[in-house]
Amino acid sequence: MHIENNIDGLELVYKRPETLTDTPFHYCPGCGHSVAHRVLMEVVEELGIQDKTIGIAPVGCSVFAYHYMDVDMQEAAHGRASAVATGVKRVRPDKYVFSYQGDGDLAAIGTAETIHTVNRGENILMVFINNGIYGMTGGQMAPTSLVGMKTSTSPYGRDAANVGYPLKITELIAQLPGAYYVTRQSVHTSGAVRKLKKAIKASFEYQKLNKGTCFIEVVSNCPSGWKMTPKETIDYIEQQMFPMYPLGDIKVPKQ
Amino acid sequence: MKEIKYKRSEPRLMKGNEALAEAAICAGMDAYFGYPITPQSEILEYFTEQIPKRQGIVLQAESEVASINMVYGAAGAGARVMTSSSSPGISLMQEGISYIASAQLPCLVVNVVRGGPGLGTIQPSQGDYFQAVKGGGHGDYKLIVLAPATVQEMADFVFDAFRLAEEYRNPAMILSDGALGQMMEKVELIEEGQLPKSEEKWTTVGKPKTRQRNIITSLFIQPEKMEQINIDLQAKYKVIEENEVRYELIQTKDADIILSAYGLSARICQKVVELAREKGIKVGLLRPITLFPFPKKAIAELANQAEFFLVVEMNAGQMVEDVALAVNGKVPVHFKGRMGGMIPTPEEILAEVEAILEKQNLVKV
Repeated sequence: MHIENNIDGLELVYKRPETLTDTPFHYCPGCGHSVAHRVLMEVVEELGIQDKTIGIAPVGCSVFAYHYMDVDMQEAAHGRASAVATGVKRVRPDKYVFSYQGDGDLAAIGTAETIHTVNRGENILMVFINNGIYGMTGGQMAPTSLVGMKTSTSPYGRDAANVGYPLKITELIAQLPGAYYVTRQSVHTSGAVRKLKKAIKASFEYQKLNKGTCFIEVVSNCPSGWKMTPKETIDYIEQQMFPMYPLGDIKVPKQ
Repeated sequence: MKEIKYKRSEPRLMKGNEALAEAAICAGMDAYFGYPITPQSEILEYFTEQIPKRQGIVLQAESEVASINMVYGAAGAGARVMTSSSSPGISLMQEGISYIASAQLPCLVVNVVRGGPGLGTIQPSQGDYFQAVKGGGHGDYKLIVLAPATVQEMADFVFDAFRLAEEYRNPAMILSDGALGQMMEKVELIEEGQLPKSEEKWTTVGKPKTRQRNIITSLFIQPEKMEQINIDLQAKYKVIEENEVRYELIQTKDADIILSAYGLSARICQKVVELAREKGIKVGLLRPITLFPFPKKAIAELANQAEFFLVVEMNAGQMVEDVALAVNGKVPVHFKGRMGGMIPTPEEILAEVEAILEKQNLVKV
């Protein structure tokens, strides 16, 4: 699916970054994953660090990230991406290392790894896709599912008295001295995508400084899991998700 | 398995765990990730004391689960890497070990076994034999398993384990126990710089324009592909079985009775051989050194001469099943074991030999 600039007199202004493979995304229509993949790889291309970048994709919808991202990658067990990233970064400290994890992975089964990786201030970028659901396994309740949210394992809506409240793990890890830059972004509008890209770029730049972990939460959607149209998911993000997960920087490097 | 002559240092008196850790540094280990648990915490302690003054990376992880996944990441990035733990901690690592075996990454996992099941005891045991040699985690896979019986072997097998792990792209395990980890003995360490490293093409170290991206994964969603991965793994294990079997024979030439034991049990059985021969009972010992690959052929051959086998283990009877498979019904295979951190004495093993002899009415005067 190569798009060539073969029309005389016209300038090619937008194309697939060379850091993405020539593979169509398998994600469901309207899903934020492919947008997040793309901006991440745009940054890798723009910074010219493809040959120095290693990505970690754990179990979940992101497990196939290496089908699309044209960088060296390791697939990790469920929840263990940041431990695997630690192993890579410790033996290859001159490389850029990122993990790309979902909410079930990062904030449920991998909570210990998440907290301790950031607490050690590992010099990696953790990209945290929060769509409030387990997408890959068919729409089960996630640690970040909103109270009242109907999922396949909370068919009457999330009952906080029984299963607890949505976990704001990003606010939690922002408290740790090892966290260098913590921000919450989204992919629901083109403006939001531009801001996300800026945050990713800043994070890779910070990685050079060796100052600690960069952590980007991306509030995203799951049309299939939420049983909504893509448009409805955007309304849900704005009206329901943002009050619980407000956008913006949570911890910024001291000048 | 090929024997390599190494240049060695002057003899030193060292604890098993410390000798193993020192050997790892001498073997050019790039990184160690671990979590404290008795009776092997000296390994982590030794590294945290020595590595900052020498070379390499040591990191105390938040759990054994994190440790083994750090090992996965570092191995995938081309490092010579290891972890160590004791039984309950090794159980926690099983998911990660299965991933490492499937993704075909070289690494060393040391299990200084303690008595179980459950939290058990910190005393020595061989209760993790099945876990070590039959895979341990989910799916069909094998570790290369080396069983030391002395502090010297605790050190030497680190070299063998790294070498074999890297040659076959397979996790290797040193299956020790709490006694070998804690005891002090004379050891002549292999000097540094004798285990060469090679740059591997498959590692994830950043993709230059000149090659395809490297992917470390154990996910092959198409069953046809996953079956092929399994076929490839089994073919590799077959090659390992053909080339890397290692065992020791002690006075088996004229033996009527074959003891079979590994690790600490084998040391005890060596004494039994002496005591029995003083009484005129011709006992020999077969000590498997590699538990996978298992010395099936050597056992099958001894089954042609022996009246019976007695397998001695510090468990409820695990390796005895593999011995019985190799003997294949030719002669009886008996078992003597102690469990839960108890160690059998030479006298009680000899008494067992004599009891079997009496039963079989085979006493030779």
